[in-house]
Amino acid sequence: MTMHTLSVLVENKPGVLARVSGLFSRRGFNIDSLAVGETENPDVSRITIVVNAESSPLEQVTKQLNKLVNVLKIVELDPQVSVARELLLVKVRADRSARSQVLETVNLFRARVVDVAPDTLTIEATGTPDKLDALLRDLEAFGIKEMVQSGLVAIGRGSRSITAGPALRAA
Amino acid sequence: MTRPTPETLAHTARRARAAADPTLDVDQAATRTATPAVPAVRPAAATPISGAGSLVRSLEALEVDVVFGIPGGAILPAYDPLYDSTVRHILVRHEQGAGHAATGYAQATGKVGVCIATSGPGATNLVTPIADAYMDSVAMVAITGQVASPLIGTDGFQEADIQGITLPITKHNFLVQNAEEIPRVLAEAFHLASSGRPGPVLVDIPKDVLQAPTTFSWPPTLDLPGYRPTLHPHGKQIREAARLMAAARRPVLYVGGGVLKAGATDGLRRLAELTGIPVVTTLMALGAFPDSHQQHLGMPGMHGTVAAVYGLQKADLIIALGARFDDRVTGKLDSFAPDATVVHADIDPAEIGKNRHVDVPIVGDAKHVIDELIAAVTVERSAGHTADLGDWWTQLDDLRNRYPLGYDEPVDGTLSPQYVIKRLGEIVGPDAIFVAGVGQHQMWASQFISYEKPYTWLNSGGLGTMGYAVPAAMGAKVGKPDTVVWAVDGDGCFQMTNQELATCALEGIPVKIAVINNGNLGMVRQWQTLFYNERYSNTELGTHKHRIPDFVKLAEALGCVGLRCESADDVDKTIAAAMEINDAPVVIDFVVGKDAMVWPMVAAGTSNDEIMFARGVRPAFDEDDI
Repeated sequence: MTMHTLSVLVENKPGVLARVSGLFSRRGFNIDSLAVGETENPDVSRITIVVNAESSPLEQVTKQLNKLVNVLKIVELDPQVSVARELLLVKVRADRSARSQVLETVNLFRARVVDVAPDTLTIEATGTPDKLDALLRDLEAFGIKEMVQSGLVAIGRGSRSITAGPALRAA
Repeated sequence: MTRPTPETLAHTARRARAAADPTLDVDQAATRTATPAVPAVRPAAATPISGAGSLVRSLEALEVDVVFGIPGGAILPAYDPLYDSTVRHILVRHEQGAGHAATGYAQATGKVGVCIATSGPGATNLVTPIADAYMDSVAMVAITGQVASPLIGTDGFQEADIQGITLPITKHNFLVQNAEEIPRVLAEAFHLASSGRPGPVLVDIPKDVLQAPTTFSWPPTLDLPGYRPTLHPHGKQIREAARLMAAARRPVLYVGGGVLKAGATDGLRRLAELTGIPVVTTLMALGAFPDSHQQHLGMPGMHGTVAAVYGLQKADLIIALGARFDDRVTGKLDSFAPDATVVHADIDPAEIGKNRHVDVPIVGDAKHVIDELIAAVTVERSAGHTADLGDWWTQLDDLRNRYPLGYDEPVDGTLSPQYVIKRLGEIVGPDAIFVAGVGQHQMWASQFISYEKPYTWLNSGGLGTMGYAVPAAMGAKVGKPDTVVWAVDGDGCFQMTNQELATCALEGIPVKIAVINNGNLGMVRQWQTLFYNERYSNTELGTHKHRIPDFVKLAEALGCVGLRCESADDVDKTIAAAMEINDAPVVIDFVVGKDAMVWPMVAAGTSNDEIMFARGVRPAFDEDDI
């Protein structure tokens, strides 16, 4: 099984996310990560789905997704030629004795402190899933009180745009 | 015998009243006189109207001549303008009947079938026929009332999230947000249902949207940027398929329901006769190629003919046209047609390679695919590329001769169900439409009636919906009033939906029902005989032992003519008597033996190589020949 990142361009209409996610669960796929947001065209939303699957069943799901009337385009992003990022917010135990060490880790990972309390720091970090995993491993030693992670968002490198195309202009 | 048709008369009067109404505006009149070839009336200035009025006007503009439904609270606003409309509404007795009737209408006529129900239980009662239409790719539009917008999500009275419920069983569905959208959404729903791979589309309309003042103008502009079905196949793939067809030594044309949907049966015959390739037609494709044609091997699959099953199994080339390699056809997938190169043509790209690896994928409408294949094969042949299929036909003919479809007369002297169905087909003839339920009677009707013409066989293939036959026959008869429509039903199936015979009696829809009454859930009983040590758990229905219900009395109570036949000697004259009656529905209770079984059979989950010709009889194949 390998990780696949699908960028799905959909009409920005109610219920579209349910149609898309429903297709995955109905065909027995577990979605590892999901992110939805508007694109440069307010009528079009972009869903980024990370799924762990063999290529041939994934092809079937992709074809089924393409059949959804509200789906405009699907592109599988090759990790070699795309940029992928996640956002992490994590609340770490950091009393006076540990605070400087936590801050050192934050700086090493080019993360940021976004909230300070007497015994915790809340840290914001963006990066690839690998980088965020590494940060979390370092922070675990201090004690993680709470964390939240966004879905992965990804975009192809270079000047080409997947949102160009007749269907998308019409939308 | 009763012929009460007050509803029919009232409806006719209503239609006449509407037609003569001088207050009708010009646009509405134009709608009614529009020719079928031009569904859109001329662009009209927007006229003020309610959402419900807009819905009914849209149906008229879409040239809907009939809808099947039941009113209720949330859909009630729509029934007021419907009362004056040219659209005929047939009041069914259960929403499931409305749904299957819409399917039967669509399958018999090729037009979109329409059903209508209220919110909550009305809508959920449509779920089975919608799922049925989805599995069999039937062009259906289901219109449901929804609770008023402010009540949505509050568990309001008769609220059900029918859009959510039908998400996985519709081609698409809509929850209409405001009345202005109604004409566009209806036009989109009809377009989606009937184009590409057909399928059911649900339109859910909240009551306040139906009541809201709006304007109606037609035609609307469709807004479906993500919907672009591919109709024309890729030329390179067609040429590759033609090359393989010209070279194959053991080819088979595997024909599915898509060929009927595409209206490609004439082309199919030309292609088959041009190439001499054997043809098998799936359960959904019976009638797409004449049963009597010399090149027809019959139906493949679990209860297919030995020749059709082995033809596919031993083929070196399978050309699948509008078929989907369903598990009932392939048997155990790993061992299906191990030596075959596969050309798979389908309008739905997701079907290609879904079950079976495909060597030459062709995405396109079966009519275009077949027409282009004919041209490409002609080129191959004029270049001298033809294969000699003589040996292949010798093997297949030998199988056909040794293992024809047949049955043994019951040893207990009871009436043979296969005999009844065979005689029905012979007496009624190939112009009639036959509609089956699901089970043994369905398989016998597929085997022992000869289908010579397209759209003469309707059944629930994919979902296997017991109870399909009576309402689907009703819909087919409404769509084809001049065609004789017979439902071949089982006693189990018949008890699920026979209430629609009341609808048929009152609305003047003289369908004929042959109940193959073996007193049991016959197919389930057959499996219990074969696989559960003859332990008949809950398959005895009591229609023999206790004659509950008495189908003759039941038929009469529902305003139909009831006949009974219990011996082979009476079969012909009972069928003839039923054929004489054209002003009321007729039900024949054929009391048949319970031990008859459907053969041949490939047991579920086993390889097609394991096909049994009859109980304990495996066909002898000379493996060296094949």
